[in-house]
Amino acid sequence: MAANNYRHALFCAIVTLIISFPILGFNLEAKGINITLTGATTSTIIAVILAAVAVFVFQAFRDSFMVMLGKLPNLNPLAGKEPMEQSKRVKLESWVLTGIVVFALFWPFLVSRGSVDLATLVLIYIMLALGLNVVVGLAGLLDLGYVAFYAVGAYTFALLSQYIGISFWMALPIGALLAGLTGMILGFPVLRLRGDYLAIVTLGFGEIIRILLNNWTTLTGGPNGIGGIPEPTLFGMEFGRRIKEEGNTSFHETFGIAYSGEHKVIFLYLIALVLAVITALIIRRFMRMPVGRAWEALREDEIAARSLGLSRTAVKLSAFTIGAFFAGFAGTVFASKQGFISPESFVFLESAIILAIVVLGGMGSQLGVILAAIAVTILPELAREFSEYRMLIFGAAMVLMMVWRPQGLLPMRRIHITLNKQG
Amino acid sequence: MSMLVLEDVHTHYGKIEALHGVSVEVNKGEIVSLIGANGAGKTTLLMTVCGMPQASSGRVILEGRDITTEPTAQIMRSGLAIVPEGRRIFSGLTVEENLHMGGFFNTKSEIRKSQSHVYELFPRLKEREHQRAGTMSGGEQQMLAIGRALMSRPNMIILDEPSLGLAPLIIKQIFEIIGHLRDEGITVFLVEQNAHQALHLADRGYVLETGKIRLHDTGKNLLANPDVQNAYLGG
Repeated sequence: MAANNYRHALFCAIVTLIISFPILGFNLEAKGINITLTGATTSTIIAVILAAVAVFVFQAFRDSFMVMLGKLPNLNPLAGKEPMEQSKRVKLESWVLTGIVVFALFWPFLVSRGSVDLATLVLIYIMLALGLNVVVGLAGLLDLGYVAFYAVGAYTFALLSQYIGISFWMALPIGALLAGLTGMILGFPVLRLRGDYLAIVTLGFGEIIRILLNNWTTLTGGPNGIGGIPEPTLFGMEFGRRIKEEGNTSFHETFGIAYSGEHKVIFLYLIALVLAVITALIIRRFMRMPVGRAWEALREDEIAARSLGLSRTAVKLSAFTIGAFFAGFAGTVFASKQGFISPESFVFLESAIILAIVVLGGMGSQLGVILAAIAVTILPELAREFSEYRMLIFGAAMVLMMVWRPQGLLPMRRIHITLNKQG
Repeated sequence: MSMLVLEDVHTHYGKIEALHGVSVEVNKGEIVSLIGANGAGKTTLLMTVCGMPQASSGRVILEGRDITTEPTAQIMRSGLAIVPEGRRIFSGLTVEENLHMGGFFNTKSEIRKSQSHVYELFPRLKEREHQRAGTMSGGEQQMLAIGRALMSRPNMIILDEPSLGLAPLIIKQIFEIIGHLRDEGITVFLVEQNAHQALHLADRGYVLETGKIRLHDTGKNLLANPDVQNAYLGG
């Protein structure tokens, strides 16, 4: 037993050395036009060796460590408490949500421009994650190409503004509808597939859209992207220093205040906030309608759902279309926020991150998904100090999260087990 | 008057033929049992009625309408309900939500009516109304599966092995309910391995062997038939 432990510990320590030494022990340095490999400083090497020793010690005495950990008092104050009653929980949840929204309304006036900008991005991810939550969390269709619909929304706005000169408010419904339509068209042939096969095909579709955008240079500008996408206006008032379009007035002149670049950022944030709230409310409504129950039924047991007369295609297609619709929504906001888009913004990694948000938040749970969107977007920013290690930290955080709470931050809960006293 | 007719139905899974020309007739208001060993094609026969997979030749006629090539969703909305093998309830949903799924295409007032009717048949489900279906016992889940099928107010109900994996006492209850359904005017097509009880209850019975109907008689005669006794009733 003990010998076994030491052998295992030695193995772990060697693996640590093998993995960390090439990564940390060598540096690439540019000398003139050549790149040379130089060894790292002694302190780094010592650190690597110390890490290996630490792994060895931990693995060798793991059992005693675990016993010690078990003796620590439980830090979770809620651990011993009974789960809340369903009605209470729902009430509390809606109060918390309302509180968050009210706070979010006033928050941008108190913080820096960079924070507001980041918050706008968070809201866009919230919209995306809420949309994907319908497809993955509720209907149980693993969609790895979700970013394609995001791209359709963004490019719809960009192209229409470039060629026809359409405004943000016109583009918003058009982009969302077009994304929804794309979802329906792409969905139709693939929805016979299930599980892994569906995932692979959706992955392919996501890439097709990106590659199409990349190579159709005459229309989309290819990898150069499209710039000069207009910002949203408030009843014909522009937020720039000078008016770009005739007939519009500028915001700061109308209200007789000094021009500030912050107005535009805050305005975009508020639009994103309103749209995110609308998205959440509409999807919440869908979840409580028969179609929402049909999604869940199909996820739980496809054969049973079909035996009740539900049409598999119609139910899956509705989920796919609605999910895509809100991705288009988010895409339009994104295009407007950036002012410039290129296919690079719509790579597979984006799909993966949105999916990670849904899974981390707890599939099907709206509040959970919102919290996860905030965490996943802000965490890499907070970890910026660690520069090149920040993605490493992010990855580690995700792994730990999945080990400790595989069901997500706030899993969807519908239940209410009432134990009847009976003989 | 016949409720369901299968005329010389052949069904294939890919290239393999699972049913080699099966003809079955179920009259209105009857309980008809289909018995057979594992792999005889009992479930295939039922699934062919539901259109997944569809019959490759022959005809399936429900209440005078040819449904051979109709899509499953349409067949299942036309007065036919099935209790699938292994119950297949929605384990994450509550008992009530499961029932509501059964009445998906009905109006709210119809749902309310059939729901209280199901609770009359199975008082146990009423007690567990807000419980997650997956946390109930096997017998309760089977009751829920039958209740869910009844929610669409079908003229005919198909049961695939309702006694599978249940305690003898529960099986007795389930069969009592099936008899009760006939008294309400619902036609029952029952597929069972539990041949003794199935034939006892049935007006008529069919014996399916390797994709063909071997025997067809009244339930009583089949019970008395020495071949059936040897093969399915344990001698």
